Amino acid sequence: MLELKNISFNVESEGQNKEIIKNVDLVIPDGKLIVITGPNGGGKSTLARLIAGIEIPTSGNILFNGEDITESTVTERARMGISFAFQQPVRFKGIRVIDLLRLAAKKQLSGADACEYLSAVGLCAKEYVDREVNASLSGGELKRIEIATILARSTALSIFDEQEAGIDLWSFQNLIDVFRHMRDNIKDGSIIIISHQERILDIADEIIVIKDGTVVDNGTKDEILPGLIGTSSALKCRKQ
Amino acid sequence: MKLDEIQKRLLREVADLHKVPEGAYNIRSNSTSAGRRSTENIEIVSKTDVSGIDIFIKPNTKNESVHIPVVLTESGLKEVVYNDFHIGEGADVVIVAGCGIDNCGNQDSQHDGVHTFYVGRGAKVKYVEKHYGSGDGKGKRILNPVTEVHMEEDSTMEMEMVQIKGVDDTDRKTIADLKEGAKLVVRERLMTHGEQQAISTYTVTLNGDNSSADVVSRSVARDNSFQKFDAKIVGNAECHGHTECDSIIMDNGRILAVPGLEANNVDASLVHEAAIGKIAGEQLIKLMTLGLDEHEAEEQIINGFLQ
Repeated sequence: MLELKNISFNVESEGQNKEIIKNVDLVIPDGKLIVITGPNGGGKSTLARLIAGIEIPTSGNILFNGEDITESTVTERARMGISFAFQQPVRFKGIRVIDLLRLAAKKQLSGADACEYLSAVGLCAKEYVDREVNASLSGGELKRIEIATILARSTALSIFDEQEAGIDLWSFQNLIDVFRHMRDNIKDGSIIIISHQERILDIADEIIVIKDGTVVDNGTKDEILPGLIGTSSALKCRKQ
Repeated sequence: MKLDEIQKRLLREVADLHKVPEGAYNIRSNSTSAGRRSTENIEIVSKTDVSGIDIFIKPNTKNESVHIPVVLTESGLKEVVYNDFHIGEGADVVIVAGCGIDNCGNQDSQHDGVHTFYVGRGAKVKYVEKHYGSGDGKGKRILNPVTEVHMEEDSTMEMEMVQIKGVDDTDRKTIADLKEGAKLVVRERLMTHGEQQAISTYTVTLNGDNSSADVVSRSVARDNSFQKFDAKIVGNAECHGHTECDSIIMDNGRILAVPGLEANNVDASLVHEAAIGKIAGEQLIKLMTLGLDEHEAEEQIINGFLQ
């Protein structure tokens, strides 16, 4: 279980102190798929980065399974069981897909193991395991490899930051299938997805709406989703 | 062939040799020959005027290899060695050179290998050269290789040059000239640390139509080390030339990349790329989200980069 207690996050911008996250209290229970939505610039991605430890809150506390991790580094949180999928996956010269999956899985993956993770995200393992995670891969391919590294880690908490941004329709359908499959095998873990796609909101157990750095709504999908349809917090996939 | 444990270790580092290699070889240890074998198609002969060997590869020799590693373990030893490779028309061979220096003493040890390649028409050569230094003496480990490549029509040469560890000072010069249809590919990987200095200078002259050269250096400069990558391609015909310097700097490391393109023919197409910078913060963070600490993340990024 993840708890955010009175979390605020400020940044200095053009000599002014800007509040990005304002006194947020949240509980992410085990065994649930949570979608965090809300308008662009509302603080969703910042919240995800605060949980992963990439940003450190200005005030407040973060508890993971009862332990205060507010001061813990990215590495420490990763080792405790928090995974984070970047909105813009990072490229590496010389590091191959199989290398990245091995680092994620923390073991010597066989070709068959790697195949399992890559197939789950709709990539043909044979074509990809030895490719470098560099600029030769398209944005959609990088996103899928990013998600495969999260699958390979299989940690208690997985956070996905707007994975749908910049991918094609086919990949989008595949993405929903991946999330749905993760949801079906969730056990004691929990999944946080940052998204404003209606079809992703539709697979959520619970929805949190963030606007102007605060939680404006929070509840089960059935309670929250009807009120969001047609707003910028629940976009229909444009190509549909 | 008698070699001690240090010499054997150096051989493993520079030539991946765990035992006597297959094919032709010449192993030079502390300025003397520690073993040599010629084959039916590859003849190795000592030079009489200067120190070094001539390697004659018969035309159309296919899938054979030559290993010519050098190891130095005596502190204060300085040598200049001339090795000439005569590669016959249509041959297809792998040549593995390399030099390992272990210097535990206080005097500088230095090996300057001058390699000249005469690559016959239509021949195909893969050349691998690794440099490695070890030993904790105050004496420097110095390697100043000169590589000259003369390529006949439609010949191909792929050069892999690696210097990852332990060499204090390097001034490497590579000169190549290419006739019609010849193709040269160079992949250089270099890491310097401590107070090391490495200078690598290329001059590639494309004289024939449809000749091409692709010279790519990937390097990492750590601690207080300095590197200079000076790559010049001259296009005298309808040709393609590309040089690239892609470098990571860490600590107080310094790198100077000097692009040089000279087009003397209107159909010459020459490109230079250079990028120098520290490891991107987001690369470190990504690997840290996989559970690596910052140091481990750096090592993974550098290992991948220099692979």
